[in-house]
Amino acid sequence: METKNIMIVGVGGQGTLLASKLLGRLLLGKGYDVKVSEVHGMSQRGGSVVTYVRWGDRVCSPIIDKGQADCVLSFELLEAARYTEYVKPGGRIIVNSQQINPMPVIAGAAAYPENLVEKMSALDVNVDAFDALTLAEEAGSSKAVNLVLMGRLARHFDFTDEEWMDAIAHSVPPKFLEMNKKAFASGKNAQNV
Amino acid sequence: MKTLMLGNEAVARGLYEAGCSFVSSYPGTPSTEITECVAKYDEVYAEWAPNEKVALEAAFGASVRGKRSFCAMKHVGLNVAADPLFTISYTGVNAGLVIAVADDAGMHSSQNEQDSRHYARAAKIPMLEPSDSAESLAFAKLAYELSEQFDTAVLIKMCTRVSHSQSVVETGERVEPAQKPYEKNPAKYIMMPAYAKKKHPVVEERTKALTAWAETAWINRIETGSDQSCGILTSSTCYQYVKEAFGDQYPILKLGMIWPMPEQKIRDFAATVDKLVVVEELDGFIETHCRSLGIPVSGKDLFTEIGELSQNLVKEKLGGAVQAGETLAEDIPARPPVMCAGCPHRSLFYVLKRLNVTVLGDIGCYTLGAVAPLNAIDTTICMGASVSGLHGFVKAGGEECAGKTVAVIGDSTFIHSGVTGLINIAYNESNSTVIILDNSITGMTGHQQNPTTGYNLKGDPCTKIDLESLCHAVGIKRVKVVDPYDMETCQAVIKEELAADEPSVVISRRPCALLKYVKHPGAICSDPEKCKGCKACMNIGCPAISMVDGKAVIDETLCVGCGVCEQLCKFGALA
Repeated sequence: METKNIMIVGVGGQGTLLASKLLGRLLLGKGYDVKVSEVHGMSQRGGSVVTYVRWGDRVCSPIIDKGQADCVLSFELLEAARYTEYVKPGGRIIVNSQQINPMPVIAGAAAYPENLVEKMSALDVNVDAFDALTLAEEAGSSKAVNLVLMGRLARHFDFTDEEWMDAIAHSVPPKFLEMNKKAFASGKNAQNV
Repeated sequence: MKTLMLGNEAVARGLYEAGCSFVSSYPGTPSTEITECVAKYDEVYAEWAPNEKVALEAAFGASVRGKRSFCAMKHVGLNVAADPLFTISYTGVNAGLVIAVADDAGMHSSQNEQDSRHYARAAKIPMLEPSDSAESLAFAKLAYELSEQFDTAVLIKMCTRVSHSQSVVETGERVEPAQKPYEKNPAKYIMMPAYAKKKHPVVEERTKALTAWAETAWINRIETGSDQSCGILTSSTCYQYVKEAFGDQYPILKLGMIWPMPEQKIRDFAATVDKLVVVEELDGFIETHCRSLGIPVSGKDLFTEIGELSQNLVKEKLGGAVQAGETLAEDIPARPPVMCAGCPHRSLFYVLKRLNVTVLGDIGCYTLGAVAPLNAIDTTICMGASVSGLHGFVKAGGEECAGKTVAVIGDSTFIHSGVTGLINIAYNESNSTVIILDNSITGMTGHQQNPTTGYNLKGDPCTKIDLESLCHAVGIKRVKVVDPYDMETCQAVIKEELAADEPSVVISRRPCALLKYVKHPGAICSDPEKCKGCKACMNIGCPAISMVDGKAVIDETLCVGCGVCEQLCKFGALA
C-alpha cells in the first residue's frame, strides 16, 4: 500500500505527543511499518509543534514533506493555517477551532488572521473545523482535546472501534480511561458545532 | 517482540542488551532520553554528572575497572568532553566504552549547528551512524564488540530525526558479560609523553585495522538500483530521505560507520555508476574524504550545509519533480517558544529590564528572556559563558560598567561550568554581580535532577549541593537569596549588589512552575471595570494575558496565579 501520512500540529503543551503515541500503537498493532517523529526541547515551551505519523508496507523518511500529508490534524486554528502547504491536493485538515494567541499577537506586533476556516476551505483541501475544546470539557477535561480529535480522525480512517479502544487503553492512565473514551466518542459522533 | 521506540530509547535498549552496566551523562536535547530510558533498567547503574567532561571521565573509569560503560551528550556537549576524548583515543579501553553524541541540524533546540563527525576523524575514534531505531539498537550492541575488539572507545552519532523518531524494533535478551579484571598497566593508562609517544602509532594502526574491517562490514551495505546513471553515497537520516525520494531507482552505498570509511568499497561502488553523489546533512564530511582519495564526487555543490535535508529537497536536487500543497495568501504570525505562565524567570528579567543593565546570558529556558517584550539579554554563547564572560566584560569596562552589568545562569548550568567562572571572578577580583536563577531543576531538557536538587537520576534522595555555601567557599563574601515573584525586593537587592564594591552572587530561588510538587494559588481575575487599558501587564510577555477590546483578559486555563502582573497593575484590576 502507499504510505499514509498524518501531521499532528499544535501549540507546545497541548498534548500532541499523546495523540501520536496512541496512533503509533494502533498502527503497529495492525502490522504496518510505522514511523512517528517528534521534536522535543525548546519548541515545547508554548511554541509551534509538529509530529509526523507515517505508516505503510515500508516507511523510510521519518518526516512528512510539503504536499504529502493525507491529513493535518491541528489542535489550534492558526497552526492548521501554518501548515496547509503540507497537505496533498484534495487532502484533509481536521482542526480544533480554538484560538490561542501567539506572543507576537499578545504583544500587539501582529494580528490573529480572521476567517481562517473559510480561507482554508477555498484551497484544494477538505476542512473539518469544530470546537474540540468544548467537547473535551463536556467529556470531563479540557485536556481531553487530543482524544476528541482522535475521534474525529477515526471518521476518516478504516480502523475498528476495538482497535481504537485498545490503543486508547494502552495510552492513557486507567483512572482517566472512561473520560477519554467519552471524549473520543464525542469527537467521532458530534455534528459540526 | 516488535515495538515502536524512539531512536534514543532504542540506543538505551541496545546498551541494556549488550550488558552495559555503567552510564554517566549530562542532559542535552536531542540526546537526553537515552540516559533517562537506560536508567529504568535495574541492571544498569545510571547517573547525571555535573557536565559532559565529568561524565565521560567517569564512564572511562568504569571501563578501566572492567564494566561496559556509556556516556551520552548533545553535539555541543562533546566540545566539553573533547579533552578526555582525544586522550582516551590513546589509552583505549578495558571493558567496552561507547559514547553517543546527538547533533541538531536545523537547531530545533541548540545554539549552533556543528557537525560532530569531525570529532571522529580528529580524535581517531570510530563512529557509527544509525538511520532509524532498529539500527540504533543494533549499532549500540555492535559498538561494544568493536570497542573491545579494537581497544577503542566507539562513538555513536545520533541526530534529531533519528533520536526523536519512533520506528519499529525487535528487542532481544541481555547478555551479562563478566566484569573484566583491572590490571595496573602504566604504558596503557598513563598518558605522559614517554608512553603517549608509543601509543600514537598504535592509534594509527588501529584506524587502518578499522578501515579494513569497514570494507566488509555488514553495516556498510550496497543496495542495487535499476538506474546506474547515478550512485548515492549516504548515511543516517539522509539515507531514509533518499529511499523515500527514489525507492530502488539508484544504487546506494549506505555507510553505517562514518569513520573510518571503507576506501576500496567506495572506489568499487563509484566504478559501477556514471556519477557518484554524496547526500549528507551539514558539512561535506564524506565528500571531502572522497575527494582526498581522488574519487570524483558531487555533494555540497547540490546540497546545502545549512539546516536539515528532506525527501523533497533530495528529489528536487537530483532532478525529480516535487509538488507542494497550497499556501494561504495570509500573513501567519510566528509562534516562537515562550516562558511558561508562572515561570519564575519572567519577573527577574522584568526587574533587570527596569534596571536597564547589560545581561550576559547562558543556556537554558531563561535564554527566552532575550525575546520581546523582555529583550533582557545581551549575549548567549555556551554553558557557563555568562559568568566567565561577565568577568572579562567588567574588567574591560571598568567600575562604571561593573555597576550596570550582570550574568544570569541556571542552577544546573552553574554547576556544569559556571562555578569555574565564579572562581575566576573571586580569584582575579572583578567587581561582578552574578545572578543564579535557581528553579530547582534542569528545565529546558525536560526536568532532570542535578546536584543542587537533592535527588539523583533514579529519583532517590541524595547529597544536595548548597549553592550559598559553594559561592562562599570559592571566595564570594556577598551572597543574597531572593524570591523572583517579589519584584520590589529583587530590584532593591540587585541594585545594592551592583553598587557594592566587591563581587556578589544573587540567588533568585523559586521552583519551575511546571514541577508537579509546586502548588499554585489559582488564576488571577481581571476586573474590566478597574482596567484602564494601560498595558503595563503586557510588558512581562505572559502567555496568559491578552488585551481584548482594550482591556486585560486572563486566560484561566494558563494562569497559575504567580501574582507578577498584579504587582504591575496600578489600578487593582488584576487580583
